[in-house]
Amino acid sequence: MKIVLQELTKRYPNQNKKIKEDVVAVDHFTFEIPDGKLIGLLGPSGCGKSTTLNMICGLEKPTSGRIFFGEDDVTDLPPENRGVGMVFQSYALYPHLTVEQNIMFPLENFKGKDKLTREQMKERAKKAADLVQIGELLERRPKELSGGQQQRVAIARALVKEPRVLLLDEPLSNLDARLRLQTREEIRRIQRETGVTTVFVTHDQEEAMSISDWIIVMKQGVVQQIGWPQEVYDKPVNLFVASFLGTPPINVFRARAEGGKLYIGGAAVLDVPGVPDGDVTAAIRPEGFIPCEDGPLVCGRRAVETMGRDTSVVATHPDFVREEIRTIVPSGTRVDAYAPTVSFALRPEKTHLFDPETGERIPFGEETGHE
Amino acid sequence: MEREDFDRIEQAARRRERIRSAVTYVLLALWALIVLFPFYWMILTSVKSYSAYNAEYVPRLFTLAPTMQNYADAFTAVPLGRYFLNTAVFTVLTTGLMLLVIVLAAYAFARLSFPGKDATFTFLLSLMMIPNELVIITNFVTITDWGLRNTFLGLILPSVTSVFYIYLLKENFEQIPEELYKAAKVDGTSDFKYLWKVMLPICSPTIVTITILKVIECWNSYVWPRLITDEPTRFLVSNGIQEIRENGFGRENIPAMMAAVVVVSFPLIVLFLLFHKKIMEGVSRGGTKG
Amino acid sequence: MNKRALRPWLYLLPALLFLGVFLVYPLLDVLVYSVEEGYNSASQSYYGVGLYNYAYVLHDPYFLQAVKNTFIIVIITVPLSTGLALLISLGLHSIGRLRELFQTIFFLPYVTNTLAVGLVFMILFQKTPYSDGLVNVLLSVFGLSPVDFIEGPYWAKILVMCLYTVWIVLPFKILILTNALASVNEDYYRAARVDGTSKFRIFTKITLPMISPMLFYLVITGFIGAFKAYSDEVAIFGTDLNAAGMNTIVGYVYDMLYGDSGGFPSYAAAAALILFAIVMTITCINLLVSKRSVYHA
Repeated sequence: MKIVLQELTKRYPNQNKKIKEDVVAVDHFTFEIPDGKLIGLLGPSGCGKSTTLNMICGLEKPTSGRIFFGEDDVTDLPPENRGVGMVFQSYALYPHLTVEQNIMFPLENFKGKDKLTREQMKERAKKAADLVQIGELLERRPKELSGGQQQRVAIARALVKEPRVLLLDEPLSNLDARLRLQTREEIRRIQRETGVTTVFVTHDQEEAMSISDWIIVMKQGVVQQIGWPQEVYDKPVNLFVASFLGTPPINVFRARAEGGKLYIGGAAVLDVPGVPDGDVTAAIRPEGFIPCEDGPLVCGRRAVETMGRDTSVVATHPDFVREEIRTIVPSGTRVDAYAPTVSFALRPEKTHLFDPETGERIPFGEETGHE
Repeated sequence: MEREDFDRIEQAARRRERIRSAVTYVLLALWALIVLFPFYWMILTSVKSYSAYNAEYVPRLFTLAPTMQNYADAFTAVPLGRYFLNTAVFTVLTTGLMLLVIVLAAYAFARLSFPGKDATFTFLLSLMMIPNELVIITNFVTITDWGLRNTFLGLILPSVTSVFYIYLLKENFEQIPEELYKAAKVDGTSDFKYLWKVMLPICSPTIVTITILKVIECWNSYVWPRLITDEPTRFLVSNGIQEIRENGFGRENIPAMMAAVVVVSFPLIVLFLLFHKKIMEGVSRGGTKG
Repeated sequence: MNKRALRPWLYLLPALLFLGVFLVYPLLDVLVYSVEEGYNSASQSYYGVGLYNYAYVLHDPYFLQAVKNTFIIVIITVPLSTGLALLISLGLHSIGRLRELFQTIFFLPYVTNTLAVGLVFMILFQKTPYSDGLVNVLLSVFGLSPVDFIEGPYWAKILVMCLYTVWIVLPFKILILTNALASVNEDYYRAARVDGTSKFRIFTKITLPMISPMLFYLVITGFIGAFKAYSDEVAIFGTDLNAAGMNTIVGYVYDMLYGDSGGFPSYAAAAALILFAIVMTITCINLLVSKRSVYHA
């Protein structure tokens, strides 16, 4: 089932009564989520991603705009008539009911011709439990389960009605690091097996990138960029998206473009054909630095941290906007651990230029047709 | 279904919701009226004159000629001022002594380690189950034997400890990180100074809560004072009110009686209006009435 | 023991001393009193040990009247006040504006002096030669003839008694239940809405089980409190409860101890222990029922 969001907008009256202006939680969100895809809705807290999810679910009504599931306009439908399953951040498992009773709970609400017999319910619950591999835990109570198991029960309860759309609100945030890796694979598997269109909300970019077919990056109610994860990482449309994705975060410099060359602190560090002269913001991924003795970007050397698979060189530069530059270089690279400075060459495909005023991307090189 | 159907369903649902909400407000307001009415009635009656009140075969819901005469009577014809003073002294002394006793005990349980601590604490907790009605008999005999009837000491002594408050305070003390104690020790702070300068200020919200609850309890206490005082000059307000009711103003003077009731209720209502958040929070943490 | 080991006990000394003298010793002593036959408080002598005191109390018509009154108060006020508190709390929970104001007003009776406000109830319900009283005036609007609720028929006195008791105990119950309702995670309700659960089912399947521990706490403490009813009765009917026929078990204990019929600590002790046994039994039954039907977090 594809989901179509048309100019979806949500405004709240301001909490601070002195300010008349409404708070815009979601601003004219338009997008079509293709059938059977797993979509990650990503952004910092308060960016409107949860509000968007709640509107798709039907827990909140949009101020304006419409929502379609397939061809059906569901904007005015209450949640139970939309055919959605939702997994809450806290899981919201009823503590006084067993796992089986929890999973059966939605089925017991069916009315009229949809009404199921007890056996049918049990069968459906069992099927859902088996799908998430908790078939042997049906008699337990939620508090007797680990966090990961509770998560699975919550997913089973959301899936048992065979929803057209599955929604997950920060599904992994209550799990520890190891379980998180495991569970996100699990969500991917369940989504593949059922083929249900799934939207999940997260503030963790790694989580979103690792399992989503598409990611949507939001900031202050406005969609910044939509694309498949690698594309968004490789071609961020603005400085916010560039900074939000990737660990360690992208390194941002004050720079200048002049005559097709990029200058950081007076040194020409990269050819950037097609860029008009003027101040720019240069953002370089940690893996975009190549240490070499005659490299044009000379930085103060602070530390060399060995991390096994690769090495992190921590450096400083007067035109760097924050404290420390963090680079990732292959572990075989030789870096003089005692020299006061370290020099780098830059990889053009890992370097992004942005307008210092608007933060918009400034294309260069191949993107503009220049060689 | 068509769009219009949805709209109609939506509208019907909204209308139902509005009606439900209106009914809720009306019922809650009705209960608020029932709660507030006795207070209104006592104030109203207290400003009606004796003759006006007795002339009303059908009580009037307001008065056009309020008088303060009843308040004057309440303080002159009966020793209400005396009852008031007695209760104030009793409340202050009991609360003060109790705070001293429970702070020391809670400190020992929370901060000191000694053999038999856990056993003693468990024993103390088990004492919470003893009903007051059982022990009051012997306490009555004890205080009588000690010759403390009709004295403040006799009134105060049995209620200067509270296992529940020791428990509450101990839990609060234990939340203060151990590091603070160690840091204070390194600086050469004595235990007593640490208790006074660090723990009590940090736990002052709990102390305030306990104090308020104890003050309410003292101000309203009736049973024990009734058993232990029979000289009217020693009565607390609850007994005083009862005395006014039964032997009163020489005649059935309801307006003056209500004036006394208003005076007696006044301090706690002011306390409540000032601290209602704290009081409600404290009570919900485990206080029960009496 | 050296000085250091003694110090903790020094801190505990006042508390232990007071608790020992006024709580532990009396508890043991009351058992002794209850079996000392013919105890004379003046000479502090007795002439036998046995169960005569219990037998006397159990045959005393005043005691039986007190037991009857107490049970009637318990049976009427505990379910009534708990149910009413639940309804009011649900109402409070469902509204947005004015909630805090209502909560504060509803809590007001908790801090008031029971004896003082009892007098107000008395004059509202009383029928005197001068006036029928406000309540009777209201009743006459509905065509009912006036009744003296304070010195009139038994059922009328019980009615006032129960009304006043409910008025007094509700604030605490409303407070506890409102807090319990507020502490239920909002996600449960949202999850139920996504599943299209009806309001009634949400209440019976989610709200009620989630607040059931607090509800049972209130029932248990409500039973205990109602069995100890006393000062509310004094507030309305005056100190001579036996004459009014409105005495309670606790009132009987105090009357035996002190007052016009006082001076019999042995009878008082026996009556207090009988009350204790009743309360313990009821509490145990309550706990057994709650074990079976309450969800424990």
